[in-house]
Amino acid sequence: MAPLDDSENKKPAEMMDIRGPDGDPLEIPRLACDAMAESKPYPAYPEHNLKLGFPGELIDNWQEVAIAKMGELAKKNRAFQVYLDACVKCGACTDKCHYFLGSGDPKNMPVARQDLLRSVYRRYYTFAGKYFPWLVGARDLTKEVLDEWYAYYHQCSQCRRCSVFCPYGIDTAEISMAAREIMDSVGLGDKYCNEIIGKVKDVGNNLGLQEKALAATLEGLEEDIEDDTGISVRIPLDEKGADILLVTPSADFFAEPHIEGLIGYAKVFHEAGVSWTLSSYASEAANFGMFIGSYENMRDVSLRIRKAAEDLGVKRIIFGECGHAWRVAYSFLNTLAGPFDFLDPNYPVPQHILEFTWNEIQKGTLKLDKSRNDHIRLTYHDSCNVARASRMGDKPGGQFEIPRNVLKAVCNHYYDMDRDTIMESTVCCGGGGGLLTDEIMDIRVKGAGPRMKALKQVTDDFGVTHMAAICAICKTQFSKVMPKYGYGMDSILSVHQLVSNAIILGGQEVEEDAAPQGDAAAAEAKQ
Amino acid sequence: MSYEVNGQTVEHDEEGYITNLSDWSEDLAKVIAEQEGIEMTDEHWAVVNFLRDYYEEYQIAPAVRVLIKAIKKQMGPEIGNNKHMYELFPYGPAKQACKIAGLPKPTGCV
Repeated sequence: MAPLDDSENKKPAEMMDIRGPDGDPLEIPRLACDAMAESKPYPAYPEHNLKLGFPGELIDNWQEVAIAKMGELAKKNRAFQVYLDACVKCGACTDKCHYFLGSGDPKNMPVARQDLLRSVYRRYYTFAGKYFPWLVGARDLTKEVLDEWYAYYHQCSQCRRCSVFCPYGIDTAEISMAAREIMDSVGLGDKYCNEIIGKVKDVGNNLGLQEKALAATLEGLEEDIEDDTGISVRIPLDEKGADILLVTPSADFFAEPHIEGLIGYAKVFHEAGVSWTLSSYASEAANFGMFIGSYENMRDVSLRIRKAAEDLGVKRIIFGECGHAWRVAYSFLNTLAGPFDFLDPNYPVPQHILEFTWNEIQKGTLKLDKSRNDHIRLTYHDSCNVARASRMGDKPGGQFEIPRNVLKAVCNHYYDMDRDTIMESTVCCGGGGGLLTDEIMDIRVKGAGPRMKALKQVTDDFGVTHMAAICAICKTQFSKVMPKYGYGMDSILSVHQLVSNAIILGGQEVEEDAAPQGDAAAAEAKQ
Repeated sequence: MSYEVNGQTVEHDEEGYITNLSDWSEDLAKVIAEQEGIEMTDEHWAVVNFLRDYYEEYQIAPAVRVLIKAIKKQMGPEIGNNKHMYELFPYGPAKQACKIAGLPKPTGCV
């Protein structure tokens, strides 16, 4: 471990060394005590909080209510109580958080982050803490402690990398979700998450994209596909009687490279010959209710998907490329919004778009020309919620294998990053868990450091030019932070963008050297 | 938190997006642009005007792809491309140009 000295760690992110002297992407930084104490997202406005059922602003008796809420959560959620009680301070987690590795702030060590809440729990809910608080590190819940919670529980992306290495399996994400739930319950919400959940309730998606705009966007994309390929490929909206409802993050209708992924899904469905539709009512896969630990809000958002599936009379539900949505879908959807006995029992409920595409590739339905991705040397970033909180296919590890299988089927040049930074040990993009907001860009850039260092290794060793991901947050985060580490903003790609590049549609006339323009430009920018 | 323009006060949020969309004027756009370090040219105005027209019709900003397609049609591929849009609005044509055009910030995973 580096010496305890914070004087040299005040370098801005732009000046950070991309790769430590020993080339280790997980190199432990010098400690920088309280370096990130002022990193806080904007608090929610009263109207944002009220819409979600929380007090508009910090209530007068917040201390009393917060302590009671903590007790209620510990009683209701046994795992939460075990996580608070079980830690033996072994230290295994200390160097596992990307925000700690990027910032050096010891309060970003997972054990320290847990202790911000655990110390208060001890004070009010354990014998020793009630009578001998000074002996067991128990603290009163003061305004300073609340402020500290607000700062550091918004520096946890709930990626759960630390929990993989904890011998007791303590899940910091659960503690961070509980902390946010407690803060919401006293009127201290964060604007980014709470405003967005309100938009889903009003309009049906995080963006606030209404039906008319969504329909116009999809029509425009159909035109683009036809211009590019000469083939008419549909992106249906609200089509009753379709077999498949596709639920995808609304970023897929708006941002780059997300939209290229949506085009990829449409081409795969087209070639597979299935009938499918999007829904304007459930035009969002993301479910920020999870980030703020609110079961009620998570359920409200999930029920929209159920209602859309019933109203449209579909037989199957497939989720697009969204990391935490797949956790909610795979792990919680049936509890939140089930039973889904009205769907076709021959298919998993729900299914991931990559499971669908991989099946089609195995069946030979898709005509793929890998050489159309030859201008790309690719690696893959495992998104945290897919990697550690879900599965794909019918075998353990399917969530690691299936995306790689698909990528290798559409791309000739594929290289994995350092094994300690992928699969179940994947490092977070730095923007997950409700942190994808610009006022905390500093911690976002720092948190991306370990991933960027691992990427730099494969760039140096194998000439990797691009990284693919299957999460809307990861894609947006990387397109913002990669330029700080010397990569072009278009070095991050959607997995189905690569599929889209490689697919030759039935009836499509193919020119020689028809590499897609956008990616060619990206490759040039990189050189 | 407010802008001063022609002796009038226009409220904005923490990030500089105006609170009341009907407060927008071309003079205000120049003030916001100046604070963003942007000098408004015809190309900037073409983007801002398109964003405002689109918003009026759809109550939301267009996807960057839609914006680029429209500018390409209007001003040609030299100007209507992703790289040039980021030269005009370094913090992104969606967020930064929306701020100058007096539109709300796009929210979500974007």
